[in-house]
Amino acid sequence: MGFHSIVCVKQVPDTANITSEAMTPEGTVNRGALPAIFNPEDLHALETALEVRDRFGGTVTVVSMGPPKAAEVLRACLFRGADRAILLTDRRAAASDTLATSYILSQAIRTIGNYDLVFCGRQAIDGDTAQTGPQIAEKLDIPQVTYLEEMVELQECSQGKKAKIRRNTGNGWELVEVRLPALMTVLETANEPRPLAAKKVLRYKHASVPAEVDEAKAEALKERGLLLEQWTLEDIGAELDRCGFAGSPTKVFRVESIVLTKEGFTSVEPTEAGIAGLIQELISDRTLG
Amino acid sequence: MTQPNRKGEVWVFAEQQDGVLHDVSLELCGKARELADRLGVAVGAVLPGYDLGNLPQQLIAQGVDHVYVVDDPSLRYYTTNPYAAVVETLIAKYEPQIVLYGASPLGRDLAPRVASKTRSGLTADCTDLDISNVTDPRTKAEHANLLLQIRPAFGGNIIATIVNYDWWPQMATVREGVMSLQEPDANRSGKVIAETVEGLSELASVVQVLERHVEERKVNLKAARIIVAGGGGVGSRENFEQIRELAGVIGGVVGASRAAVDSGFIGKEYQIGQTGTTVRPALYIAVGISGAVQHRAGMEESAKIIAINNDPAAPIFSIAHYGIVGDLNKVVPMLTKALRNRRLASVQ
Repeated sequence: MGFHSIVCVKQVPDTANITSEAMTPEGTVNRGALPAIFNPEDLHALETALEVRDRFGGTVTVVSMGPPKAAEVLRACLFRGADRAILLTDRRAAASDTLATSYILSQAIRTIGNYDLVFCGRQAIDGDTAQTGPQIAEKLDIPQVTYLEEMVELQECSQGKKAKIRRNTGNGWELVEVRLPALMTVLETANEPRPLAAKKVLRYKHASVPAEVDEAKAEALKERGLLLEQWTLEDIGAELDRCGFAGSPTKVFRVESIVLTKEGFTSVEPTEAGIAGLIQELISDRTLG
Repeated sequence: MTQPNRKGEVWVFAEQQDGVLHDVSLELCGKARELADRLGVAVGAVLPGYDLGNLPQQLIAQGVDHVYVVDDPSLRYYTTNPYAAVVETLIAKYEPQIVLYGASPLGRDLAPRVASKTRSGLTADCTDLDISNVTDPRTKAEHANLLLQIRPAFGGNIIATIVNYDWWPQMATVREGVMSLQEPDANRSGKVIAETVEGLSELASVVQVLERHVEERKVNLKAARIIVAGGGGVGSRENFEQIRELAGVIGGVVGASRAAVDSGFIGKEYQIGQTGTTVRPALYIAVGISGAVQHRAGMEESAKIIAINNDPAAPIFSIAHYGIVGDLNKVVPMLTKALRNRRLASVQ
């Protein structure tokens, strides 16, 4: 008994706290100048999976696609109680749009195998597309339940496993029942991510993927069970023409920094006379009736 | 992956719930009409549902030429798989060159599923669309009449233009409120084409809707002619009353920035900006709003913007038409009083 979960997590630049230093003079974003953080909604996806394991038993495997540095978010998952962490890192996966990304992640999930639930955050703050989750579900040919707010019930019966989920529909909510395996995208209102467990931090703080350390260090980590799994596109049997730039139908044609169109404004004095003048102007140009 | 079909139509996914078309679908009909006229092709709308009444006629009045209707009891309530099957089947049959969806929660659930199945590109949350010839900067190949899919990225700090060179259809979800709603023309004629798709009831059994709660939209920011919005600078829930009072006197509705919502001054349904509602009123009064790019993205199309802020360097002033640098606790009551006096004067 128990439910096996796979959680897709992503390390993202902290776009919410962008500063002018993070913009190049050409108006593009200098990713390197931004702190890299755990994509906020993915933490809630992880929490949902951990709660399922706490209630029903099973396992939680996390997988991330990104550069070696993205192992940071995998460690953050282990600190919170994930059982297994895998980094998919391959230069040929760079410049993937959501279609290529979802293909790669679906291949990784197939390779992990034996899962009941796949969890993703609703969207990542670097793109805000919310597309990768549903696209992974389609590639795996499993149902999707987006905008999960509560995992109400999980059951195993003679017809197999199923889940009852409360999802937010934007103008209300609905309770749905879905056969497993299925993929869910999770909202930040779903739960409160648990804090790091001190014991697990002590245990896993040196855990690394091979690409982060030299060979001798990797060997030593391996002996202590702290060498994290690192996969390439070959390891997941991915067709290369469906990955990276070649596998991405959407191409960025142009990027501009936000140009503020308005040059200067009419300054109004914060006095009764100033305000009276403003109202008069709004009346004369028919903004106010 | 489908090859470009340059004779293909421009399509809108017509989203409806309980027999009412979503505003964003109606907005998209107007934009699709404009794009289709430039390409010299027809506008199509895909309308799945059950017991759809006169919705096809409404779509035709908004500028659609061909309404592809799939009317089936399995489509009474939206679930992903049967709706996706409808759109995928019709795309395969008619090969439209462009398919537009509202970037509503439903559209953002459906469109990626369809895009994955048809292996086409999909751009999320566009704020503008255009048609242009494009030269691929890498291969120098020329592509005639591509759909330019324009969207904010990186938390709204940059605007990216996305294209699909040769993997068609070109698909995008479009944010609600950014395309203007055209006046319906009840005399327009168009064709209603009934389609059937196999296996819908089986697909509908995958996810079953056990309970459904639809909440009335209490706040209608989009329809408002005048919006008075408060930000973090308003300082407290009590102080937010000043915003309501001004809105009441001027005949506008209340809005808020994310900072005000996060501080608990007012509910999330009032939030304007990238994660809230996009508005374009005749007059927007921003009170104590610094004007983070995420907020500006949701209101900068307003015809007139008045900014009230004690920080002369606040970014909101960069898009304002009128700026009042001063303490909002003095300026707002002054403005309210002046407007109230004017009204009293006009009554007498």
